[in-house]
Amino acid sequence: MQSSEHFPELQTVTSDSLGALVDSIISVKNLTKTYASGFQALKNVNLEIRRGEIFALLGPNGAGKTTLIGVVCGTVNPSSGAVLADGHDIIADYRAARSKIGLVPQELSTDMFETVWDTVCFSRGLFGKPKNSAHIEKVLRELSLWDKRASKIMTLSGGMKRRVLIAKALSHEPQILFLDEPTAGVDVDLRRDMWHMVRALRETGVTIILTTHYIEEAEQMADRIGVINKGEIVLVEEKSVLMEKLGKKELILQLESPLKVIPPSLAQYELALSKEGAQLTFTFHAARERAKMATLLHDLAELGIGFTDLQTRESSLEEIFVSLVRPQS
Amino acid sequence: MNGHAIRAIYSFEMARTWRTLSQSIAGPVISTSLYFVVFGSAIGSRMTAIGGVSYAAFIIPGLTMLSLLNESISNASFGIYMPKFSGTIYEVLSAPISYLEIVLGYVGAAASKSIVLGTVILLTARVFVDYHIAHPFWMFAFLVLTAITFSLFGFIIGLWADGFQKLQLVPMLIVTPLTFLGGSFYSIKMLPPFWQHVTLFNPVVYLISGFRWSFYGASDVSVGVSMTMTLVFLALCLGVARWLLKSGYHLKA
Ligand SMILES: Nc1ncnc2c1ncn2[C@@H]1O[C@H](COP(=O)(O)OP(=O)(O)OP(=O)(O)O)[C@@H](O)[C@H]1O
Ligand SMILES: [Mg+2]
Repeated sequence: MQSSEHFPELQTVTSDSLGALVDSIISVKNLTKTYASGFQALKNVNLEIRRGEIFALLGPNGAGKTTLIGVVCGTVNPSSGAVLADGHDIIADYRAARSKIGLVPQELSTDMFETVWDTVCFSRGLFGKPKNSAHIEKVLRELSLWDKRASKIMTLSGGMKRRVLIAKALSHEPQILFLDEPTAGVDVDLRRDMWHMVRALRETGVTIILTTHYIEEAEQMADRIGVINKGEIVLVEEKSVLMEKLGKKELILQLESPLKVIPPSLAQYELALSKEGAQLTFTFHAARERAKMATLLHDLAELGIGFTDLQTRESSLEEIFVSLVRPQS
Repeated sequence: MNGHAIRAIYSFEMARTWRTLSQSIAGPVISTSLYFVVFGSAIGSRMTAIGGVSYAAFIIPGLTMLSLLNESISNASFGIYMPKFSGTIYEVLSAPISYLEIVLGYVGAAASKSIVLGTVILLTARVFVDYHIAHPFWMFAFLVLTAITFSLFGFIIGLWADGFQKLQLVPMLIVTPLTFLGGSFYSIKMLPPFWQHVTLFNPVVYLISGFRWSFYGASDVSVGVSMTMTLVFLALCLGVARWLLKSGYHLKA
């Protein structure tokens, strides 16, 4: 078995090298899904979700995120492959598997005429749990829905409906929670609340898998990040490692006097001139090329190129993400 | 067995019924009353008794069956179609619940509602006609079996339908003609011999005949055959519903 101490250089899928060594709560093996239309939405997906982590699944529209979640939760039939949830096969042992999982779907599919209280109690019953008003009350209070408990769902705003769906998913005390774009169409305050709630849930041992289009969200919340593109998992990595490994850093220099061209002796550096030659930007790999920053500054001094200001900038996950899912140029 | 889940679906569906009590109960009661006024009193007064039973009394079992069939089908088909249409079905699909339990919840609720409705219609009929019930046990047995069978049939239609048109197509094009031609308003013995034979392919004939037998002790086909055919149709619907759910038909992509 591979040592877990050294991380292999940037590679496409690292889930197996790590996944085998840690306690995974969801284990997806060679999963494919071909829809009736003939469209292959998942291509041999392998993924291990670790117990107790917050896992963010990123990917552009149509990448297969919802399909993947659907297979695990039982709303989509897999074409081939296997999924284990807490050790239970999601098909052969669906009762045990599903009773551990809560799903908040991407679409705002709610009842209309039922009250918030009734619909949440319904969910609990559906998942085979006896009535527990105290738990439902706790969930509704945490989601600021307690005042709305007697309201019909159709009278609620979109953000409240989203919270009702979360309450339904939490009604049966799941160990695994899937949040498919929980913050789509949710205002800033509510998004904060939701992040807070997700972290609090994790504190209680719940494993959370969320999809999002807000990279900021993944950056803030996730322990690990997976990127899916065109039905393939292209990357699974610790967020911190990912930032470290993939993160480009930029050194931005405001020059004393503008340059017309970059001196040929600096060809080894990835440099760009902007602001009519008044600004020089050096792009380098944060982890591997840290030393180059010093040598560049030294070389500039040798050439007599002075600067008035200097700043560095680290690339965000968003940039990493875009560079991954863009077709290779 | 996930009893909590069955109860959850059942109560959810029953709650829907109570919420729409006026349409659920009043509608069929009013339309049945109209049938009695028109067929029972107005036209019936000019009709001769059939097998010693006044025409108004004769049509009661048939009319009750007519409502029972229509309501069972529309309730059950709507019950499963709506969550499919609104998307809330995701929750049932992701729940630790077997196909049989899904059927028990949805069909059980639709059938319960039909049974209540059938009883209410019979009570309403009492206002118009002084009928008697010769075999109350068998009357109830036919009522319950028919409610279950056609709720299941409606459930299948609700699974199959991928639009509101389809939801209404089968009841309109198949069920209504079959009930009207199934002897609701006449004894099939009144038909020419050829049509009597054709009629025997209509499952509704057996339901109405058996049901009428439980009232007046006389029937078009023997009550044993009626009961057997009812059970066969029930088994058939169960098989189809199970197969549809197992394949995830129109529910799972
Ligand atoms: N029922 C279906 N039949 C046929 N194709 C489907 C079906 N559902 C989804 N697809 C296709 O499968 C692909 C993956 O869809 P999916 O919903 O999983 O994407 P996603 O990553 O969740 O996208 P988004 O970010 O927009 O939610 C898409 O190309 C979609 O068109
Ligand atoms: Mg999606």
